[in-house]
Amino acid sequence: MDLTLKIWRQKNREAKGEMKSYPIKGVSPDSSFLEMMDLLNNELIEKGEDPVAFDHDCREGICGSCSMYINGEAHGPDRMVTTCQLHMRKFKDGETIHIEPWRANAFPVEKDLVVDRSSFDRIMNAGGFVSVNTSGNTQDANATPIPKEDADNAFDAATCIGCGACVATCKNASAMLFVSAKVSQLALLPQGRPEAKRRATHMVEQMDHEGFGNCTNTGACEVECPKGISLENIARMNREYLSASMSSDS
Amino acid sequence: MSTTNGMTSITRKFFMALSGFFLLVFLLQHCVINMLSVISPEMFNTVSHFMGTNPMVQFALQPVLAFGVVFHLGMGIMLELQNNNARSVKYAMNKPGENATWMSRNMIITGIMIMLFLGLHFYDFWLPELNVKFIQGDMSGLNAAGEFRYFEELQHKFHDPIRTGLYVVSFLFLALHLLHGFQSAFQSVGFRHNKYTPMIKKLGDIYAIMVPLGFVTIAVFHFLNA
Repeated sequence: MDLTLKIWRQKNREAKGEMKSYPIKGVSPDSSFLEMMDLLNNELIEKGEDPVAFDHDCREGICGSCSMYINGEAHGPDRMVTTCQLHMRKFKDGETIHIEPWRANAFPVEKDLVVDRSSFDRIMNAGGFVSVNTSGNTQDANATPIPKEDADNAFDAATCIGCGACVATCKNASAMLFVSAKVSQLALLPQGRPEAKRRATHMVEQMDHEGFGNCTNTGACEVECPKGISLENIARMNREYLSASMSSDS
Repeated sequence: MSTTNGMTSITRKFFMALSGFFLLVFLLQHCVINMLSVISPEMFNTVSHFMGTNPMVQFALQPVLAFGVVFHLGMGIMLELQNNNARSVKYAMNKPGENATWMSRNMIITGIMIMLFLGLHFYDFWLPELNVKFIQGDMSGLNAAGEFRYFEELQHKFHDPIRTGLYVVSFLFLALHLLHGFQSAFQSVGFRHNKYTPMIKKLGDIYAIMVPLGFVTIAVFHFLNA
């Protein structure tokens, strides 16, 4: 496949970026999108040019590192996959492919396609955990009966890899789907209930503090999420937050 | 944008939804009462006189309605501004139509169109009512011939084809706004259920089509019979 890549190039956080065109020839339709980017970078290095910086790690869709806005969609035109799982057979020979970083003020561009997603870490630090001392005397997980439906829903929420596609896709740059998945995975389990109120209020306040937009229920995040995180989680977080706000002990 | 006016992003959408629910109820009763004008001018006159002179409606419900409308508009504009500020650099290429409906992405456009229509609607009906009742002090609801004036005034407004056309176009924007707004309000207050949410979405579609269609019917009926 012969392609034209239009890629966002930006030297650092302060620099003004721009879209630059790169022709690339001989791309295998069976290669992954990131392998195609590797091919481009090899060519750029051979020419003595600066390779395109992009995040990647596991390359099997579970780490949440890769983050490219491809042809106007987070993780490209395929559904339920991350950029690393996207294959070049999804594109046509001779096509021009636009590649941009996630766009949100809460995700500043560090270099080229790499964005700073530490705002997600700070939201998790605000309450996305269960305070249990696990040293030495951990309890058997099966000792606490949990309804199958709750366990399944908690597991579904826990599959969120925190890639940020929800924020990138949302017209408001809202992080509601991510935060709601993290709130839900613990709110659904008995181990998460003691801190549920504090968790919901602190994580939502931190989310707002980071500068993410408001959710307007367009549902775009759910469509583009590579793990299929449901809007049901946002409704659950709304309930958790509103009930926590109304109670006197939160 | 953390806690503007002491509210977080969730409380803002919660109050947006509450004001939306209130306006949904108001719209339905407004449509039903106006539909009486198509069925029976006498019944329409009687109900209009009750609504226009009942102290509970005039001095309790009407101010709440005015607050609800202003709050819904103000909050909508504030949310839109905040949301625009959350992404300073836009995408060079974006395909929002691939993952969200036009209605859900353009609530501010349909909302502002509805508010512009409300300006015309207030000019047509509300301001003349305030003038007659509270400036001239005539609470009788009667015209010079000693008959109820409400039906006659309503029909008179729809003589003009341009005004009738503006009303019809405005109701189209109302339908587009409701197609997303109805079910979105339930999601915002945290109501989502595998069994009931599909029903709510269907009910929302029916409401979003039938209520504006009712208003269109009323406007066109009086235009044709004027």
